[in-house]
Amino acid sequence: MNALETKAMTPQRTGGKKTLAISGLNFYYGNFQGLKNINMDIHDKKVTAFIGPSGCGKSTLLRTFNRMYDLYPGQRAEGSILYHGRNILDPSQDVNMLRAKVGMVFQKPTPFPMSVYDNIAFGVRLYENLAKGEMDERVEWALNKAALWGEVKDQLHKSGLSLSGGQQQRLCIARGVAVKPDVLLLDEPTSALDPISTAKIEELISELKGDYTIAIVTHNMQQAARCSDYTAYMYLGELVEFGETDQIFMTPAKKDTQDYITGRFG
Amino acid sequence: MSTDAHVSQPRAMNPVYRKRLFIHRLGIALSFLAMVLGLFFLMWILFTLVAKGLGAISYAIFTQTTPAPGSDGGGLMNAIVGSLLMVGAAVFISTPVGIFAGIYLAEYGEVSMFAKVTRFVTDIMLSAPSIVIGLFVYAIYVARVQHFSGWAGSFAISLIAIPVVVRTTDNMLNLVPASLREAAFALGAPRWKVATFVRLRAVKAGVITGVLLAVARISGETAPLLFTALNNQFYSANMNAPMANLPVVIYQFAMSPYDNWRALAWGGALLITFSVLVLNILSRTLFAQKVNQ
Repeated sequence: MNALETKAMTPQRTGGKKTLAISGLNFYYGNFQGLKNINMDIHDKKVTAFIGPSGCGKSTLLRTFNRMYDLYPGQRAEGSILYHGRNILDPSQDVNMLRAKVGMVFQKPTPFPMSVYDNIAFGVRLYENLAKGEMDERVEWALNKAALWGEVKDQLHKSGLSLSGGQQQRLCIARGVAVKPDVLLLDEPTSALDPISTAKIEELISELKGDYTIAIVTHNMQQAARCSDYTAYMYLGELVEFGETDQIFMTPAKKDTQDYITGRFG
Repeated sequence: MSTDAHVSQPRAMNPVYRKRLFIHRLGIALSFLAMVLGLFFLMWILFTLVAKGLGAISYAIFTQTTPAPGSDGGGLMNAIVGSLLMVGAAVFISTPVGIFAGIYLAEYGEVSMFAKVTRFVTDIMLSAPSIVIGLFVYAIYVARVQHFSGWAGSFAISLIAIPVVVRTTDNMLNLVPASLREAAFALGAPRWKVATFVRLRAVKAGVITGVLLAVARISGETAPLLFTALNNQFYSANMNAPMANLPVVIYQFAMSPYDNWRALAWGGALLITFSVLVLNILSRTLFAQKVNQ
């Protein structure tokens, strides 16, 4: 990445309160470099969308924010991601504590093989010791946050797997919200859902951003435009352009970005 | 074919197609023949077993002990109880060991050399002749304590059951999608919790199936018991003494000159076959239910 491109991003790096400050981030799958010198900030209580063609490194980047890559030997990250002033890439970082603060929702709904109630309580029980009544309240609160309470309040003890795809995905969001994290990472959360479920989840995102910092990876440009405050366009492991969503979609600084968002890519 | 302009007669087939059709029919015929051959002997065995064994099944078989040479009647009560006790103890030993080892293999099998070696050895154990296992337990335990015992028998058949449980657990756990594990890790769950509460739980039915299949496998094993539990003509629930069991009783009675002994051997064989059948059906329905969910 040359100096000019880095400069184009600089204004964005300084504006607003930031939750994650990423600098000089390189990521490797064995010998293959998946991310090349990423520098950007994730702003507090805002939605940041990551767009770009498949394989450009969006998900890879998202998975560095909660060190998900740690599960796989051979994957490693260099550089720094500051979270509350600490570099989370540091080997001394307790990854379980980090993941309790930086929640994640995946592309495919992944309810655990247990009841709706236990799906939510599972994560809460890991770090909090709540009495039955408090836990009931927390479950209801989380399901309400995910706009699912009304639909499942009479089937809390049915298996999470018995819900529909859209409900399962909202259950996963509720599960992520229930542990009261700071940051929610959404990795293509609606790509396996129908338009109605997608609309519900998008509404949910706008509601959740009052309380959480959200980073979302999406293949759907309209979705990025609709629900994000900031948008990052990535290509081949590089961050091509990052800025306020309106600016990226109305007046992109780079021709590459413009080509991609107008569908002239490739 | 009839639309092909190059074919003069409407019903004639082109040679390539004719050849393919011939190979197809030949293949089907050979497969069918193979199936008939296999099923024929299987059915023959089952039919003989039912025909000869059904007569021996009576109330007495469950209430009376194995008869002394030359005496009339008698049953298999001591052998049934002995088999149940030994298989029960073996399940008690092999289920936790097998499941924990399976979890270890599934969790660390890709990275640890130790796990790779364990998996390889488990595969060898799966097909090891069971008589070798009987002799092994004889050498390390029976020969040392100087007497046969129910415990030695259980120990021997556990050694046969463990690899079955390990392999099924390992295979089942590997069916759990990575996304489910990641989702649990993403909540900040420690590895042991992810492995047990989420991953193992997702394939509970499959793992239970593995245990049931292991039970089916060990309940018919004769060779490992010959050198370990031996046999006992009388009723005994003492696991520290020689113990009667169905396979060894069948083995001894089947070769005896007494008609009532041979009838009891048929009855015992039918009992084992029937229990294995029930276990197999049970495990299949359990597994099918899980898959449909």
